[in-house]
Amino acid sequence: MSVKRTTMSSYFNGYKKLTLFTFLSILIVWCALSYSGAVKEVFLPTPGAVVKDFWQMHQEGILIPYTLASIYRVMVGWSMAVIVAVPIGMLIGTSKTAEALFEPAIDFARYLPVVAMVPLTLLYFGIGDLQKFIIIFLGTFFQLVLMISDVAANVPKDLLRAAATLGSNKWQTYRLVLMPASLPGIMDSLRITVGWAWTYLVVAELVAANSGLGYMILRAQRFLAIDRIFAGLVIIGLLGLITDYFFKWLTNLIVPWSEKVGGQ
Amino acid sequence: MSQPKLVLQNVGKWFESNRESVEALSDINLEIEENELAVIVGPSGCGKSTLLNIVAGLEQASCGVVRLNGREITAPGADRGMVFQSYTLFPWLTVQQNVEFGLKIKGVHPEERARKARHYIELVGLTGFQDALPKTLSGGMKQRVAIARALANGPEMLLMDEPFGALDAQTRSIMQDLLLSVWEKERTTVLFITHDIDEAVLLADNVYVMSRRPGRIQAKIKVDISRPRDHRLTVSREFTEIKKEIMEMLWAETASV
Repeated sequence: MSVKRTTMSSYFNGYKKLTLFTFLSILIVWCALSYSGAVKEVFLPTPGAVVKDFWQMHQEGILIPYTLASIYRVMVGWSMAVIVAVPIGMLIGTSKTAEALFEPAIDFARYLPVVAMVPLTLLYFGIGDLQKFIIIFLGTFFQLVLMISDVAANVPKDLLRAAATLGSNKWQTYRLVLMPASLPGIMDSLRITVGWAWTYLVVAELVAANSGLGYMILRAQRFLAIDRIFAGLVIIGLLGLITDYFFKWLTNLIVPWSEKVGGQ
Repeated sequence: MSQPKLVLQNVGKWFESNRESVEALSDINLEIEENELAVIVGPSGCGKSTLLNIVAGLEQASCGVVRLNGREITAPGADRGMVFQSYTLFPWLTVQQNVEFGLKIKGVHPEERARKARHYIELVGLTGFQDALPKTLSGGMKQRVAIARALANGPEMLLMDEPFGALDAQTRSIMQDLLLSVWEKERTTVLFITHDIDEAVLLADNVYVMSRRPGRIQAKIKVDISRPRDHRLTVSREFTEIKKEIMEMLWAETASV
């Protein structure tokens, strides 16, 4: 046991070192390109300028409120998608009738560019937060439904058959076997789509927003405030990274039994 | 004489695929007695798994009748426990919870089902692993739990679909001995499917030899070797003679392909 533990921890140390190496490399290349003047400052701000801009944002009183506004929009919009997509996805994955009813329509809808639907959402949902939620919903819902239906359809048939030979009826098999067996895949799908939700933030705050990181980036674009665009991107990237780690942690917590959890 | 435990009458199965009909099973007649350990042996693709699935109620026969204790079978039920070739333990449940699964569904009292589960876990030699999750178990251990889970449910019959097929040779022979010793104690009626002739002769009271597609029962061979048995039997003369008989039957088949 003790042998295993040391190899595990050295594995994680090695892992962390490599991750740190990548981030440091990016920073070094960024420093080299910007401070040397190899790339003009209108194209690439120095890391120092970006850090200074963080401070300035804080003094303007927008750093925390804008970040919170964006987190709020992303989370509500994505949660709406999850609440609708998970049950429908489970149905499509397990019933031919549900598949015929929903899947072709979803396949049609998921190819529609969300940006093109911004005017419609403004018309239907107004200029408030609801319209922002809807954009993020549209960006993630259709993909999520299909991912969840795939997860449900790929639960090993023999697992369901084993339950049937142990005397469980259809509903018991659904509740006691299909749902828990789908959980690891569902957690994966959630982790991936919450990342997509962040990518739709700028689209959501494209029109009729007066707060948020996407709004800030769009406004900075108008003034060619390149350091602020970078600052906004860094915040979104960091939030994405944190969300990702949070989901990995949550997956370990919810499905510790999964073959994928805990490594080989 | 009492009626046989399991009766298959003129069971046939065909699969329809665009205007073509493929016959998988043809005119299967089978009678399995109470407490019999019956083994069906046949080449791969002869439809033996389909046959077992029909008995389990997981697939429907295209024609014919299957009766267990005189009652016709149309759907899966707790009266026929099944052990699959693939690993089918519920990965989110511990060994103990897996074994209790069927009893819990039936609404058996928690203490009673815990006691039963412990008994069957002990029977398959896994005492001490009650709280282990399936992902920490080896293939052989998973199949032990699967056997315990099926038996704990108190089935009329145990159906086994090449349960040791995915295991390495050594583990397989350990599992065969385990099954023999469990069966000695439980005497549950077993219908066991395999393509391994050694396995068939070692385990069976009667070996039913199946022919290639469409699958038919070619012969019933009585294995008159005294019990208790174990894998040392496989080098004995009487064993080899029966094995040879079955081999020739299956080879005559293969030669004609």
